[in-house]
Order: sequence, then C-alpha cells, then structure tokens
Amino acid sequence: MEHIVIIGNGIAGVTAARHIRKKSDKKITIISEESEYFFSRTALMYVYMGHMKFEHTQPYENWFWKKNKINLKQGFVQQVETTLKRLIFKNGEELQYDKLIIATGSKPNKFGWPGQDLKGVQGLYSKQDLENVSLNAPNNKVCKQAVIVGGGLIGIELAEMLRSRGIPVTFLVRESSFWNGVLPKGESELINKHMIEHHIDLRLSSNLKEIISDESGKVKAIVIEETGEVISCDFVGLTAGVSPNINFIKSSEIEINRGVLVNRFLETNIKDVFAIGDCAEQREAIGERRAIEAVWYTGRMMGETVAQTICGNKIEYKPGHWFNSAKFLDIEYQTYGWVFAKPRENEAHFYWEYSNHKICININYNKTTKQFIGINTFGIRMRHEVFDKWLTEEKTIDFVLENLKEANFDPEFFKKYEQEISAAFKNQLITA
Amino acid sequence: MSKNSSFSISNPDKLKLDTVQKLGLVLALLGLSIIFLAWFGITFPYPTAFLSISILFIFGGTVIYARQTYINQPAGIKNNYVWFNSLSNRGVLGWLLGMVLTLFYVLLYWFPSYLGYDANGVANTGLVALFDPLSLFFKDKIASQWFVYGTLYTLLITSLGVKFMYKYRHNRYQLIRTTVVIISQLLLAYLIPEILEGLNSDLPYFAKDIKNMWPLNYYFFEPWHLDNMRNGGTLGMLYLVMGIFMFLVFTPIITYYVGKRWYCSWVCGCGGLAETAGDSFRQLSSKTVSSWKIERWMIHTVMVLIFIVTAVVLYGYFTNTGEFFGISIYSYFSKPYGFLIGAMFSGVVGVGFYPVLGSRVWCRFGCPLAGYMGLFQRFKSRFRITTNGGQCISCGNCSTYCEQGIDVRAYAQKGENIVRASCVGCGICSAVCPRGVLKLENGPEEGRINPTDVLLGNDVDLMNFVNKKQD
Repeated sequence: MEHIVIIGNGIAGVTAARHIRKKSDKKITIISEESEYFFSRTALMYVYMGHMKFEHTQPYENWFWKKNKINLKQGFVQQVETTLKRLIFKNGEELQYDKLIIATGSKPNKFGWPGQDLKGVQGLYSKQDLENVSLNAPNNKVCKQAVIVGGGLIGIELAEMLRSRGIPVTFLVRESSFWNGVLPKGESELINKHMIEHHIDLRLSSNLKEIISDESGKVKAIVIEETGEVISCDFVGLTAGVSPNINFIKSSEIEINRGVLVNRFLETNIKDVFAIGDCAEQREAIGERRAIEAVWYTGRMMGETVAQTICGNKIEYKPGHWFNSAKFLDIEYQTYGWVFAKPRENEAHFYWEYSNHKICININYNKTTKQFIGINTFGIRMRHEVFDKWLTEEKTIDFVLENLKEANFDPEFFKKYEQEISAAFKNQLITA
Repeated sequence: MSKNSSFSISNPDKLKLDTVQKLGLVLALLGLSIIFLAWFGITFPYPTAFLSISILFIFGGTVIYARQTYINQPAGIKNNYVWFNSLSNRGVLGWLLGMVLTLFYVLLYWFPSYLGYDANGVANTGLVALFDPLSLFFKDKIASQWFVYGTLYTLLITSLGVKFMYKYRHNRYQLIRTTVVIISQLLLAYLIPEILEGLNSDLPYFAKDIKNMWPLNYYFFEPWHLDNMRNGGTLGMLYLVMGIFMFLVFTPIITYYVGKRWYCSWVCGCGGLAETAGDSFRQLSSKTVSSWKIERWMIHTVMVLIFIVTAVVLYGYFTNTGEFFGISIYSYFSKPYGFLIGAMFSGVVGVGFYPVLGSRVWCRFGCPLAGYMGLFQRFKSRFRITTNGGQCISCGNCSTYCEQGIDVRAYAQKGENIVRASCVGCGICSAVCPRGVLKLENGPEEGRINPTDVLLGNDVDLMNFVNKKQD
C-alpha cells in the first residue's frame, strides 16, 4: 500500500489527508511537533481571551483520526532524504514514505532587532506561542505594559487579546496608517480610529530600534527608532509578518527559495514530493496573487487540489477569484476580487462610509469599461457566492451597486445601506 | 511548560468592578436576599412593601449592572472571560448554583410546604406568603407556590433579558427577538393568564397560557383539564379550540415558513428562560457526535411516549372508564409521565442543571413539542442557516456557543448549510462568527441542503468535478 506522509497538521495538511482518504485507501501519516491533534490556528486568540477552551479549537473529535485511518505522529522532522524516500526525526527515528507532502506552514518574522530573543519577546503563531503569551502576560500586574511591533492582522489580534486582560498596549506600526500596504486610505484610517476607541496606543510611522534587557535577560523596555523614545514594558509581540517554516529542508535536495518551490501541480523539483499551504512558493505567481500566500483559505484549497493529483487525477492548482476576511476588534472585514491600496492605472475606487465610522465599502473598478474588479466591505457581510459569480461574469460597477441587496449577508432585520450607497455613487459621479 | 498543558495557567485575575457595577450588584443581591430569607422561613411583615422592594431591586440592580458593564465598551461580541469564570465554566460557583436551583425545584414540585405554602389555602408563610399581596391583587386569592414560581420566572426573563439586550446591542436580530421573548412571557404567560384568572374566579381552573400548547403542556387532554375547559364557558371553549388549532394547524404552517425558531427562541417560556437567564451557560452544551445520538433517541422517545399517553388518556375519557384494558390510566400513564417528564425532566433537570449541562437540556433532549417541530424543520421547511461559500476558518466559536449542542462548524467548514431538527434559531452562531459565515434565513426548499466537498474559491472545474460526483 502506498504510504503518503504529510509533514504538518495545519489546515493544508489535514485537508489533503481528508481528501486523499475520501478518494483512496492509501496509508496516510500526518506528522506534527506542535500538537497531537489538528486545531484552528486562527482561533488561538479566543483561548487567551476566554471565549473558548483549547479543545474547542479542534474541529474534529479525537476518535476521528483512527476511524478514518489517518495515523498521527508527533515528532520533529530534521532531515528529508529524498533519494531513499526517508525522513529522519530529531530523536533519530526514521520513516519511509512513497509520497511526501510538505505542509509546515510559517514562522513569525524576526528582522534582527537587538534583543529579539529576550524573555518576554515573542511572536503569535503556534500553540506554544499562545502558551507563552499566557505565561508572559497573564494579567496586568505581571505585565504592566505591552508593546506590539508590526501592523498587520496578527498584530491587531494580539492587541485585542492583551486588552481583554486590561493590559496597556502600545502598537508600533511602521507604515503611516494601519496595514495601508493592503488597505486603501479610507479603510485603514477607519481601523486606526477603532483601535484608539479600544484604548490601544497606536504609534504610526514608528519602527523598533532595539529591545532592552534587564539583568535576568528579560525584556525591560523598547526604543523607538524615529523618536528615540524609550517605553518600559514587560512584553513585546513581534508580528511583522510570517515566512515559510522550512529550515529542516535546507539540507535536502528539494529546491527552495523563500518557500518550497512548486509548479502549478504543487510538485517540487523532486518526484513524489509536494508542498502546499504557507510554506509553498509558486515558481510563477498566479494572476495577481503573491507567490507565497500565507492565508487559511489558500492552504485549504491547495490541500483539496494536491489530494486529487496524488490519487491519480492530476490537476493544476487554479484558485478562483481572490477572497479573504478578518476581524479587526469589533469590525468584520471581507474582500472579494482585488482592491489595491492605491488604484492602479485606469482603475478608480468608490469609497462609502456610514456616519458611525464603523461601516464602509470600497469598490475598485475600471475607469473606462466600468468593470467591477473587487470590493472591500467593513461591518457589512456579503455573499461569497454572489460576488464570485459577478466577478466571473465581469459585471460593471453600476450592475453591482444596483444589485447589492442580493449580495447582502447581514443577519435578518439589520439596517440596510444599499440605497445610501447607491445614492452616494450617483452623487459622486455628478460632482466628479 | 509542557506542550499539552490545559492552559489553566492562563486564568487571569478578575477584572475589577467599578462603583456603578457594584451598586447594581448590591441592589440585585439585596432584592434576592429578601427572597432567600423568606425561603428560609422568615415571614415578612408588610409583605407588599418587601415584595415590591425585592422585585424592584432585582430588576433595577440587574439593569444598572448590565448597562454599566456593556454600554461603556464599544458594541460587539462580549465573551471575554466566559471560560475563566467559575459560574460559567462549570466551576464551583456553577455547581453551587446548580444545586440551589435543583433544591428549589424539588421543593416546588413535591414539598411546597417548605416554601411556606399552605395546602389548605388559609395562611401561607415564608416565601409563598411574601407573594400573597400580588396574588390577592390579581385574583383575590392567596398565592400558591406556582404563582411564586411564575412571578420569579417572569422577573428573571425580564431582567436578564434586558441584560442580554445590552450585551447584543449591535445586533438587531437579537434585540427584536429578545423584545418578543420578554413580551411573550410578560403578557401571554403571566399577566393575561393571571388577569383572566381573576376575572373568571368562578370558573374551574384550566391553563391560560395560549402558547404553552400540547404536548409541551402534557395535561391539556387529561380528563380534569378537558372537563374544566368544557365547563369554563366561552373562554374555556376558546382555549380548547385554540389549543388544538395551535398544535395541528398553526404550528406546522409557521414552522414550514420560518423554522421552529418562531416558537423555541421567540415565544416559548422554557426557551425564553434559556435565552435570557441561561445565556451565561449556553457554551456548556455537549457538541460530541455521541451526545447528538443520545439526543435523537431521547427526544423522539419522549415524543412517542406523550403521544401514547395522550391517546390512552383520550380513550379513557371517551369510554368514560378511566381504565385501559383493566389498568388505571392515571396511575400507569398520566401520573408517571407527569412525574418523570413533566416535573423531573423539564423542571428539575431542565433548569436545575443549567450551570452544568447548559441551558437547553430539556429543549434538546426532552421537549416533545420541539421534537414535533423539529421533524418539520428537518424535512419540510424553508428555514436553514446558510454557510457563506468558503469563508469559514474553523475557529469553533459557532459550535462553542450553540446552546443546542450542534457542531455548527462541522457544516460551515465544508461549505454546507445547516439544516438540523434541533436548531432553535437563536442566531448566536451567526453573531459570534468572526468572518461573517453564517446567516439564518428562510428561502426556497430547493438547494436548502447542499453537500459540497471542494469549497467555493477553488478551481471551478475541480469544484464541479468533485461536488457532482457525490450525488
């Protein structure tokens, strides 16, 4: 029986395993050092905040794996010997495979800041990171002040977590406005304001210079590059993005760049070795997408795809229209299609914001053809299916605004904004 | 720290209460302490004054506390600390509260004299006596333990309903739903029945909560109740006809259009308590597949039982024998059902175990009316919870906060709509979802159940290929 070994039990690896099991009776082994069972990484924050217990983040009950004959192995793979099709673990154990799927995800970026490895300095990615936050910042007596470095999705989540325990948070953001490499001005500024409403001390255009240690090797303070200001703190969160977690592959024959290089079939340069999820890097980026996409959904989709190939239905990884979502404190965000931070050539943005400054949409469209290119929505839920269809059918912005009601996914009885949005668009055309 | 630690270390200190919150809590506790002192046997002089103070303080204190807790924070989901709080994480406080509630129900059903009830209807003492003035006001009769219970029940739904509304003030579905819950309890279950009782004190007793229909109200077809309705003049006949119409016609039709939620989480009294007072315990329901299996067996067994009991009771009524093939219908059918299901299950376990098993134990495992509507909801209804394409991140908030123990995530992460007999449509899964994945809605039956394999967002050809093969 063919033995499929998957390194990594995150969403990509587990999705691949489930789909391979559905289509075949191959022997499947999933290896993870991090945790015995699959859990939802995106939910770790809720454990710290007390919304859930850790076991609630596990989407399958523990019996699921045995019942579906998916072997789970805890251990750390140190070396991949592709010629012998063999994995060597840190403890010296070995494991043969017939086909190997690398799905080892990411690790937090560290940019060589002085003091970045001190006690009380950490990222937020793994289960162990969560345990460390609980130790380093259990309450506002042990942790009187926290500093977060890096203005992205994980940074704002970490800020929300710490605030839930009444810990003062200073948030250093390199950019001039939160996440404005991705979000246009309107959305980005709306989130700035929302963070301040949540008593987060937001420092824009601020870089970390260094982290200062106390006598015991624990963080004592940080210094801001631009102003030289010293902020004493007991905790530093490094959330300046993530990069592929592939150190253990460096000694192998598998070709890597920043991530494990794969073709459109998610194959590496070595036969029978595949890579999926955060750690995979497309040799050529697909459409407008980045070559490495550290996103839950793309991990899942690659898992769905690679399972087909491994089970004999060789198929290209062809993600559909881009979509994503997040939640910034109390404000939900969804995006469908492409809305870039600044409109590209021949593109225009239509931005509408509700008077409470917590709800907005931004539509990107082609100035000449009026073709709808993408939408950001904050505080209004939209139907994935409808926007996916409109993108495929290349509808115009006028069509989208006329039919926006059809795409609304807010709960029943919620206030509707379609008329106001539509009126604002017409008004803008007149004044423009 | 070891990799598999339970995170118990992360239990933080309690956040401090401010002055206004403390004031609210003290008021509510003062109000409650009058109730407890009376329960311990103290018969208050001036019961009108003490009862008024007690009710006002409980209501006012709760509202002050809730308002101060929620209104100073930006509106949004407020589940911080739920699993750190001993009351809501099945800790010591939770078990203590469970025991107090259970004890209260045991006394209420079987030993009302310990609550101060005088079976001769002459002179109550203690807790029941405290409620005499209010009972006299409504119907010129001193209180029974059931009047005390009904009043406290309504007070709880009202005050904790207001708390719930502050908590979910950003969510209009929850605001409208909870307003209806409170009004239903206050008017349909409490004020109207008590006033009608007072206006028709010459008529024999029959149940006057129009929405509390058979088979939830299991004694509706019992001989004494049928006779009392028949001898209850126009009002009695109206309740008899309405009771049958509600069950046979009204319920199936409305359930077809909007699901069983119209009843279970909008107007039902049991549901009303679960949604308001029980909100702090919704996360305690078990989500395992095995508990789902137990649920299906239990709820449908109870449903079949009440159908059989009622059929036999009606047989006895129309044959006028009170016997069924020589055995007493009362002793062998009505009485055991009333004791085991009516009192033990729906009362003692149903509410007493809130802090241990969650707020919907009765609704999920026992209620025959929920079972009946569940069959419509599952097989013939327009209601579903729609899953929004491929947006689910499997975080588990929806499953954790489902009071009915539905593993909502299991569907959402597969892109499947949720069509389950047990869903009461409270809408909390949709509220707590951080990615906007879930929406309760009514729509065409076609495509309501949509098994998918590869999710929206991936290659269209692959989706078609894999998803079609399933059919």
